[in-house]
Amino acid sequence: MTLVRLAGVSKHYGNVIALREVSMEVAAGEVVCVLGDNGAGKSTLIKIVAGLHRHDSGIYEVAGEPVAFDSPREALDRGIATVYQDLAVVPLMPVWRNFFLGSEKRRGIGRLDIPYMRRETRDALLNMGIDLRDVDQPIGTLSGGERQCVAIARAVYFGAKVLILDEPTAALGVKQAGVVLRYIVRAREQGIGVIFITHNPHHAYPVGDRFLVLKRGRAIGYHPKSEITVADLTALMSGGAELEELAHELEQGA
Amino acid sequence: MSRTAAAPSPAPVAADERLGRGSPLRRLLGRPELGALLGAAAVFAFFAVVADAFLQASSFSTVLYASSTFGIMAVGVSLLMIGGEFDLSAGVMVTTSALIAALTSYQLTLNVWAGVAISLALTLALGALNGVLYNRTGLPSFIITLATFFMLAGLNLGVTKAATGNVASDSVRDMDGFASARAVFASDLQLGGVNVNITVLWWLLLVAAATWLLLRTRAGNWIFATGGDAAAARAVGVPVARVRIGLFMGVAFCAWVSGMHLVFAFATVQSGEGVGNEFFFIICAVIGGCLLTGGYGSAIGAAIGAFIFGMTNKGIVYAEWNPDWFKFFLGAMLLIATVVNLVVKRRVERTP
Repeated sequence: MTLVRLAGVSKHYGNVIALREVSMEVAAGEVVCVLGDNGAGKSTLIKIVAGLHRHDSGIYEVAGEPVAFDSPREALDRGIATVYQDLAVVPLMPVWRNFFLGSEKRRGIGRLDIPYMRRETRDALLNMGIDLRDVDQPIGTLSGGERQCVAIARAVYFGAKVLILDEPTAALGVKQAGVVLRYIVRAREQGIGVIFITHNPHHAYPVGDRFLVLKRGRAIGYHPKSEITVADLTALMSGGAELEELAHELEQGA
Repeated sequence: MSRTAAAPSPAPVAADERLGRGSPLRRLLGRPELGALLGAAAVFAFFAVVADAFLQASSFSTVLYASSTFGIMAVGVSLLMIGGEFDLSAGVMVTTSALIAALTSYQLTLNVWAGVAISLALTLALGALNGVLYNRTGLPSFIITLATFFMLAGLNLGVTKAATGNVASDSVRDMDGFASARAVFASDLQLGGVNVNITVLWWLLLVAAATWLLLRTRAGNWIFATGGDAAAARAVGVPVARVRIGLFMGVAFCAWVSGMHLVFAFATVQSGEGVGNEFFFIICAVIGGCLLTGGYGSAIGAAIGAFIFGMTNKGIVYAEWNPDWFKFFLGAMLLIATVVNLVVKRRVERTP
């Protein structure tokens, strides 16, 4: 079942064309990796899907219905959740307040159900295999990997059907990145469609089912895993010829 | 809506063995109010020793009254500061609110309660205007409210002079409803043999309401998040723009309460009053542990800050010192309080 479909989507900021006629789709239980160098248009693409920006032309469909979101809230209501690079957490606030921020559980008018939220936060994190010492500690005191996992657990808990992960492994060490990749697989096994943004083909290839490669706002490749190897992907992404040339130059220079 | 009605959780979360049983002292050290509380104790002890009259019950009610007049505004200002913004127009807005009530009821010969209601609507609109201007322009709230500060100061004087030919509003003492309005906004209560101005009651009520709002409601969560990281808050669906407008309106509401006290305590309102008070409100909030950058602080802290303010203000008089020195002490106190806050917070963060 296709959850999200983009067809010929473009976006420009003033006279800068950030994205030109990009197409992709994500089905339930599928990981689509979006790869590209800095400035390739990855961020623009996810901002459109996440509802932060509207696309200027092309078609954006959720579950077969054309949509144009005015706010991330609308996207969230359709089951599209985003875990941003900066994780969208408020460092000074406790873990449980962050976990439920924007979707607070209440009893009566405005009154928070605090014991419930504490308990649920702890349980949801345990379900994802995260054993947190204290859900009352400010989230700013957690490690980068822990914060990443809290953010992913939050999205899954709130019934995300499509999970957009913006460079979740970029700032992490090898081991921590492995942990995050495992959560991505776990999310896929639960039937969630994952859009995984990264510039590291070695992180993308083991978990991805399809790969969209962007360069300067255009799609320069869109392949299922069966059609492409990790070497092809690396070459496509970095512009293999350019990289070889660079290696050659450096060798000569040395 | 009783807070004690919380059902016992079926499975109390087992204490994690990795979590040291934080000593009560450490838990206390983590509170934003701590620095202010220590400061309040120090100031109290100081004046108790220096000024003989300070410990008398009547002096204490005077101190409480002075604290409340600033404390009421400090509630709104501290919430706004936790939400990450300033309001420099808060001082003159009190006067504006008072003038609106006094001028409309006198000039239109209305029951003063009508003036009170009109003032509430217009003052809240002024707060909303601050918020909307801030949201629309994206300029720092410092600039926006500095502009509205001057505009209001000018309007206060200009409109009052145009309407009355004088720099003060005409007395509303003989208007219909004055007695009942005075009872609500400016009467004295006998509490345990001590005269306490009703503003103290309003102050404590607002502090309690604000504390409940901050810690127990969704709106409170949104205020902390808006001040802590507005972009993150927006990304998870917090209506940041609405929260900010609400906070500016909260300041306006407090300005209305203070303004109504002015009208019914003195019957006439001096149109030039209020200028400079905005800094006192900010000082109360900062001494009370509110972080200037937002995302951290408490209404109780701001109340303690206002109490320190009131004690210093009146203590100097009781000590029979020259009150000209008051502002020097205030500045020194601000410096000491913020440094103490900083040191305490760093120490707490360093020892996990």
